[in-house]
Amino acid sequence: LRSPRNPEQKIIKRVIALEGDIIKTIGYKKKYVKVPHGHIWVEGDHHGHSFDSNAFGPVSLGLLHARATHILWPPHRWQKLQPMLPPERKPLRREQE
Amino acid sequence: MLRNALGKTFRFLGYTVQYGCIAHCAFEYLGGIVVCSGPSMEPTIQNSDIVFSENLSRHFYCIRKGDIVIVKSPNDPRSNICKRVIGLEGDKVCTSNPSDFLKSHSYVPKGHVWLEGDNLRNSTDSRCYGPVPYGLIRGRICLKIWPLNDFGFLRASPNGHRFLDD
Repeated sequence: LRSPRNPEQKIIKRVIALEGDIIKTIGYKKKYVKVPHGHIWVEGDHHGHSFDSNAFGPVSLGLLHARATHILWPPHRWQKLQPMLPPERKPLRREQE
Repeated sequence: MLRNALGKTFRFLGYTVQYGCIAHCAFEYLGGIVVCSGPSMEPTIQNSDIVFSENLSRHFYCIRKGDIVIVKSPNDPRSNICKRVIGLEGDKVCTSNPSDFLKSHSYVPKGHVWLEGDNLRNSTDSRCYGPVPYGLIRGRICLKIWPLNDFGFLRASPNGHRFLDD
């Protein structure tokens, strides 16, 4: 996605929550956040060392550029990127419940 | 006979793909024609006006204060909105409505812009959903094409008092 702080830069993060989910944040100004309509919550896998939604809040879906599916280079890191949500980052309550 | 028909079909498909690619590149990087709807930019742009928007300014990062831009809606990525840029990153903007007694100000965060419609009374804009990331800007409107009696470059903002100079 395009960085909300610097439009010339693209950043790569994992989608943690979609619109309507309520999640517990790490180091954000609010402890619990409900992701607004048309937005998503993204986080880097390395918590604490990542410039992600915990720094700039939920991002608008319009900033999404593409989905990363594979690592191609260097050859010893050739792999398919698995969509996996860390269990400790699951949303607290889905909107439907 | 069959070879002729097959050859013609492939040539036709080839031309279609070629022109499709050129059209896509043109709309993405150069500009296109846009039909505007809604009352939020009156009197500068009326409902069902046709305008020409160019995308070069967005790619070269030279969108200026006072430009009218087409932006992907922050709350609905499938729809576009058309507003005027009132403040760039670091500018001071007035976040309160003109009817409020106590005026509140804030600074536009880095990488964002503050948008307002020209029809301040009837416009949902940054006063409602906050500053908009620069990455959502699709293009800058430079020319009005329809109606013909209003053909030409767009007027300056009727709300000059909303532009706060530091």
